[in-house]
Amino acid sequence: MPVNTDAIGKTYPATRYAVGREKIKEYASAVGEHNPIHLDPEVARTAGFADVVAPPMFAVVYSNAAILPGLFDPEVGIDFAHMVHGSQEFRWGPLVVAGDEITTTATLSDVSERGGMGFYVFETDSRNQDGETVCIGTWTNIVRMG
Amino acid sequence: MISMDAGDTFELKVTPDRYLTVRYAGASGDFNPIHIDEEFATQVGLPGRILHGLWTMAQVARAHTEALGGPDKLERLSVQFRGMGVMEEEVVVTGTVREVDGERATVSSEATQNGKRIIRNGEATIRL
Repeated sequence: MPVNTDAIGKTYPATRYAVGREKIKEYASAVGEHNPIHLDPEVARTAGFADVVAPPMFAVVYSNAAILPGLFDPEVGIDFAHMVHGSQEFRWGPLVVAGDEITTTATLSDVSERGGMGFYVFETDSRNQDGETVCIGTWTNIVRMG
Repeated sequence: MISMDAGDTFELKVTPDRYLTVRYAGASGDFNPIHIDEEFATQVGLPGRILHGLWTMAQVARAHTEALGGPDKLERLSVQFRGMGVMEEEVVVTGTVREVDGERATVSSEATQNGKRIIRNGEATIRL
């Protein structure tokens, strides 16, 4: 069955994520970040930030809810049993700190097929409460086709 | 301003413990059972629970921010995931500065486990 390209360009409802100090700490611990700028509000303030700083890859946490509806959208038709995460890109703007409110919008930016594989590319655009773009994510999922 | 030259290299080594994927699932929100349920993972043909690709990418990101001056230096990172990472085996991230051009540097990277690449074609842009 060929890939369905009809949904290219489809945008999903924006999600909001309130960045918390303890969540940053929990994430930092899980990925082995020991820099006190992520853990200690005093160190972060001395370094010029309003509160503890999220590691760049914390983008995964605040954009997670935005990406899910597209993955499960029947119009896109991803076959989960045969899906793998093929590649990922993030581009970062200003650092995210505890207390920020991040709004993320996901768009299905491309669907293509080559070599018996379907490529589903989602783009996420995450902005803080001041409207600054803090992260653009490009998520490429590959589905082996039957 | 940090100083680096084309050809400079850096390395990060980390061994994910047996329960790492459970902690990472909770921290990230990715509860795909192939990462946390041994029985499910083997039923779908995997050797056992496997690492989250985005955890491994976070190790690549951390290798850059630790070696090159902090989280604000990382402007862009792209990677390709290959194969699968497992727990209780050392992950080795290596990075090489490819080009330094005024206010930016380009760095290539990969992550291996037991000599097999689990992340390849890593490419980062660093703010100097």
